[in-house]
Amino acid sequence: METIEARSLGRQYGQRWALTDCTLDVPAGTVTGLVGPNGAGKTTLLNLVTGMLKPTTGSIRVLGGTPASGRDQLRKVGYVAQETPVYAGLSVADHLKMGQHMNARWDAGLAAGRIAQLGLDPRQKAGRLSGGQRAQLALTLAVARRPELLILDEPVASLDPLARREFLASLAETVAASDMSVVMSSHLVSDLERVCDYLIVLVASRVQVAGPVDDLLAAHRLLTGAGGAGSDHAEAVPAGCEVITRTRTPGQTTLLVRGDVPGSDPAWAVTRPGLEDIVLAYMGRADNRAGDGAVALEGIR
Amino acid sequence: MSWLTWRQFRIQALVAGIVLAALAIIYCYTGPQLRHLYNSSGLTGCGRHSDCQSLAVTFMNNVKADGVYAALFFAGALILIVLPAIMGAFWGAPLVTRELETGTYRLAWNQDVTRTRWMAIKLGIVGLGAAALAGLFSLIFTWWAGPIDYAGGFPNNLGYFTRLSPLMFVARGLAPVGYALLAFAVGVIIGVMIRRTVPAMAITIAVVVAFQFLWPTFVRPHLLTPDRASAPVTLLGLNDMIVSHTGVVTVPINQPGTPQLSGAWVVSNTSLTPSGHAFVLPQTSICAAGSITQCDAWIAGHHLTQVVRYLPASDFWPLQWYETSVLLILAVGVGGAATWRVRRLLT
Repeated sequence: METIEARSLGRQYGQRWALTDCTLDVPAGTVTGLVGPNGAGKTTLLNLVTGMLKPTTGSIRVLGGTPASGRDQLRKVGYVAQETPVYAGLSVADHLKMGQHMNARWDAGLAAGRIAQLGLDPRQKAGRLSGGQRAQLALTLAVARRPELLILDEPVASLDPLARREFLASLAETVAASDMSVVMSSHLVSDLERVCDYLIVLVASRVQVAGPVDDLLAAHRLLTGAGGAGSDHAEAVPAGCEVITRTRTPGQTTLLVRGDVPGSDPAWAVTRPGLEDIVLAYMGRADNRAGDGAVALEGIR
Repeated sequence: MSWLTWRQFRIQALVAGIVLAALAIIYCYTGPQLRHLYNSSGLTGCGRHSDCQSLAVTFMNNVKADGVYAALFFAGALILIVLPAIMGAFWGAPLVTRELETGTYRLAWNQDVTRTRWMAIKLGIVGLGAAALAGLFSLIFTWWAGPIDYAGGFPNNLGYFTRLSPLMFVARGLAPVGYALLAFAVGVIIGVMIRRTVPAMAITIAVVVAFQFLWPTFVRPHLLTPDRASAPVTLLGLNDMIVSHTGVVTVPINQPGTPQLSGAWVVSNTSLTPSGHAFVLPQTSICAAGSITQCDAWIAGHHLTQVVRYLPASDFWPLQWYETSVLLILAVGVGGAATWRVRRLLT
């Protein structure tokens, strides 16, 4: 069964489309990274998954059900919302009690264990926690509900580098110890590549590419050829592959391509791109498509 | 969910409890003294043959002689009159709005609790608190003011603050529960619509005050069919007549020669000509230049009939039950509408 099945999913706010024609199949058991620049529609997509929002067009099914359609559906999905909201006036221990009282499958041992491991004072008011501690508390509340799918919306966006690393390590550890699927958004690939095995790139309200990380890495190549603008390489397209982006400097042309590259073409030096290269390529392509001055921009690069 | 609601509400509940306890001490301490004054006034045994009216006047003079009773009488009524607006603004409006403003709704709505249940429990627990606060203080104050109410009410310039009069009716019996719950529900729905706490509080107060003014003016007189009393206007009754600037003549009740309606709520009081029209005092030379006696005699010569539409004192409890039931139905309706709004909120 798919964790998330979206079909032509779209969401409009007034005149503006925050998400357009999104078709996705996220397999169960994956840790999915949802990456895209700020304002790309990541939060909109995650809110559609949790049922905080209803779609304007298309349909979405999460773990076989309609998001937020009832108690059983709510039980299956854990959500760490953006800016990790907690009740400022309630203590850490109060939050755990809240989790206990509001959730049928609450794992009190797991929650208490995590709080102890993090070194949080249970009597501390949540409003006085640091950003990193608050995010950890929010994660604890979501994880201890024992959801089948855990959604995290930019959980580390507002954290300093150290807190960011600690949070991601703690998340990776928790995920490894459970069998839940995870979908986590970020505008930084580096946050995601350590924990994710599935990736969705969302730019300008559209899904640019989605797939298992290993497949993405295997399917893309970085081609470097001598000669910049005006040279043969500037406009050439190697047979059998799709050019995602083309970068020209005076001395050389670099292509990021998808598909099989003829291994013997001596004109191109072929290397394997990193995940970040691939994501940035799709983001750049979407930007160029979106802008009227796409060609001119390409020339300058 | 009830645990979280109680945890969020318990400080407010504690403050309300302390205020209620302080009020209870004040009223339970002074109540028996007022009751003693009443028992020794002779009003308890006042039947058909003794002069109840003058005994009541004496009793009320004794009550007024001690300024504390008057102060407590009006303070208690005032508290119950302003309580609904406070409940609406401070308990109702922030109930959902605070969660929206601080973003905690995203935490609350992603537990194993549907939004409908979340709202039902929040409305239920805090509403129960509002009902208990209003109901308990009304119980104490209704008991405390009993002697004054049985004596026909606190006298004012135009008659009496009977417990059926618009100002006092909402400060006795069950009505405060209805008003507190309706105002609370109104505060919640205004908060849900405005989504910002402070403006929602201000609008809630305005709406509740407007309702408290409009309801007794336009709705309450039609809840029960008023009785009708009429009497010929005689010289005796004209002694205390009131003439408005448009010349409309109002003859008071409970005076010698006029209908005796102690404790009643007068819905309308008109002076009609024999042809059935409202009598308007013309600019006649007798009243402009002559003595008051001559003017009275001239008016009496028109054979006017005083027609009073009123709810008798005995209608107090039926009207309390009726009005409270209507308010509770409205409160449930408004609460339901607020829940419906929350289900669709931000989706």
